[in-house]
Amino acid sequence: MRSGTIRPIALASVAVLAAGVVLAGCGKADTGGGSSSSGGGSGELTLWTHNAGNKEELAVVNQIVADYNAQGKTKIKVQAFPQASYNDAVVAAATAKKLPCILDTDAPTVPSWALAGYLSELNLPQDLVAKQLPSTLGKYQEKLYSIGYYDAALAIFTRKSALQSVGARIPTIAQPWTATEFDEVLAKLKAAGKYQYAFDLGTGDTGTEWWTYAYSPFLQSFGGDLINRADYKSAEGALNGDKAKAWAAWFQGLITKGYAPKKSGADAFADFLNGKSAMVWSGIWSTANLSKLGDDGIFLPPPDFGAGPKIGGGSWQWAISSSCGQKDAALDYLKFSLDSKYLAMFSTKQNVVPATEEAAALTPGWKQGEPKRFFLEESQKFAMIRPPTPGYPYLTTTFAKATQDIVAGGDANQILDRAVKDIDSNYKSNNYYQ
Amino acid sequence: MSVTTPRQTRTTASVAAARGPSLKKTERREALAGALMVAPSVLLLIVFFFIPVGLAFLLAFTNARLISPSISFTGLDNFTRLFQDPLFWKSLRNTLYFAVVVVPLQSAFALLLALLVNEKIRGTNFFRIMYFVPVVTSIVVVSILWQFMYQPDGLVNNVLQSLSFNVLQGTDWLNNPAAAMPAIIVMSIWQAVGFHMIIWLSGLQTISPDLYEAADLDGASRWEQFRYVTWPGLRNTRTFILVTITIAALSLFAQINIMTKGGPLDATTTVVFQAFRVGYQQQQTAYASAISLVFFVLVLAVSLVQRYLTREKD
Repeated sequence: MRSGTIRPIALASVAVLAAGVVLAGCGKADTGGGSSSSGGGSGELTLWTHNAGNKEELAVVNQIVADYNAQGKTKIKVQAFPQASYNDAVVAAATAKKLPCILDTDAPTVPSWALAGYLSELNLPQDLVAKQLPSTLGKYQEKLYSIGYYDAALAIFTRKSALQSVGARIPTIAQPWTATEFDEVLAKLKAAGKYQYAFDLGTGDTGTEWWTYAYSPFLQSFGGDLINRADYKSAEGALNGDKAKAWAAWFQGLITKGYAPKKSGADAFADFLNGKSAMVWSGIWSTANLSKLGDDGIFLPPPDFGAGPKIGGGSWQWAISSSCGQKDAALDYLKFSLDSKYLAMFSTKQNVVPATEEAAALTPGWKQGEPKRFFLEESQKFAMIRPPTPGYPYLTTTFAKATQDIVAGGDANQILDRAVKDIDSNYKSNNYYQ
Repeated sequence: MSVTTPRQTRTTASVAAARGPSLKKTERREALAGALMVAPSVLLLIVFFFIPVGLAFLLAFTNARLISPSISFTGLDNFTRLFQDPLFWKSLRNTLYFAVVVVPLQSAFALLLALLVNEKIRGTNFFRIMYFVPVVTSIVVVSILWQFMYQPDGLVNNVLQSLSFNVLQGTDWLNNPAAAMPAIIVMSIWQAVGFHMIIWLSGLQTISPDLYEAADLDGASRWEQFRYVTWPGLRNTRTFILVTITIAALSLFAQINIMTKGGPLDATTTVVFQAFRVGYQQQQTAYASAISLVFFVLVLAVSLVQRYLTREKD
């Protein structure tokens, strides 16, 4: 009897000890990461980046850090995360007050991180900032919190032969299609019947952000928006005014008239290359695959629906955390990294729009008159950043859902009114995110 | 379970009392050992279950967001907004619709399968395994496979066409507001029915063969045997199955998140999916907590009603 009770006790204590060791281990690992990230005596700064899954982009980041470390000033240490878990890691680190000194952030999340006090204002020299594309600057309430090496850009990809076969004019940045012209092109392409779809919108992507990034520029070109940008307090009129309703009717019409598929294939661009659609709405990342069509493959600016052609702006950008103990050193690194040489490396290896003219001059294919120049001009003239408000996560999910419902064939006006009501009550409940 | 435990402790206690105070020490040691043995799991439960649940209840009355500089109490604001939110009512209706169809259908179908595989003929093990395979397959994998099968040119439509000689033309199941929920119901039943079949089977095997023999001698037909021997013998199993299927049906989530994301036109949004979407994508932690709290009360109420209706009436 006695030995029978002692053994369970021994086992239980072993189990408790083991659990304790595991928990203590977790705690220890945390503090270890924290001490190295806050810098301290060693003078080492930690840098967090989202691009662990993107070898080429990470290679450029590593290259910059290696060059900087070779100067013998402060030492930078790179920690790369997979993109899917990056934001969670930052939020968790911020909660535990263990943010690294330097971190990258997706442009639309900058305001909410700035409001939450994760980020510190960047006091970069004015001449350095002025050179940058406006959409590579992460601002919140007139203060600069993040700065990017590049941007992405959207375009209509098509075959020259498809447009010529229906006698359509090839639009340019200086002279984009008007709404009527675009509608005629769609109708003619549909009537010609060579392609199953005249214009594939890429609706196969169920991720929220694509819906906002890709389709809100059409809304903005009509003259609507996700929220009134005067005070960022209400969507009334912006998302359910006449202009927004005209956008919704047009967008739904693309599907009901059979110009665009209700649900695109998993890879809309591959469908386009295979001749399923005559035009496809995609981004600069597709230029590599477009070369398969040779001279026939071209990219065009979006049509002007009244308020000028629009594309989405803002990609990954760099920021300094507010808890950073060596902000000057971190800022020094950022300045160093914004050298044209490095920006050009990103745009060469990554198919992205270089953030400055100087960098474009150093990148093959981006000089005045060369084909990719188109995207830089688009970014300069048409790019509209997604609303810089801490309520953006709510705006984007609401807009994406509304657009999905419009595509699914719901009553468009009712859907927009509902979305506005949701956004307004959410902003009110959150004290307008102030 | 709940009946046997107190009885056991009572026996131990009375034995200890009978042997006098000399054994009190042993008893205390046993109690200590017991406490130590439950400690690890209790610790984990507290850290990963009770604390988060408690927090959720508190957060439901605040304006907390996933990333928010400050949190303040807002009273019942979340709940007033929730009860005015048409999406919430739609989610609730969808959830109840799913439960009302799935609970009777799945339990009846599982019982039918159990009766079939309980027959003493060759090859029943093969069928038991076949019916159980979907259960041990991850619901994520099953959902992705069925998503392909439900496509306009997928397996389901092809089978419909060939079986009906092109009379029946299927639809784009998951993108048709009228068809999406039924499609998910069929798939969910297919996936989970094997589990409840096994439970029914275990219930069937506790019924003594003597009863069937006696019924046979009395000249009872197969139906009468089922009605007067099998059905009463499955009493406890029945209650268990009813409660587990109901709770599982009310917490419908994985299939929705993978296959439809609540669409098209909110035809498949459910309470748990809405809580997930609000909490993680929209980062409205407090509002999501309020939804969870309402959901908790709902499940509790349904379970209590079921417990009351299926109580032992003696």
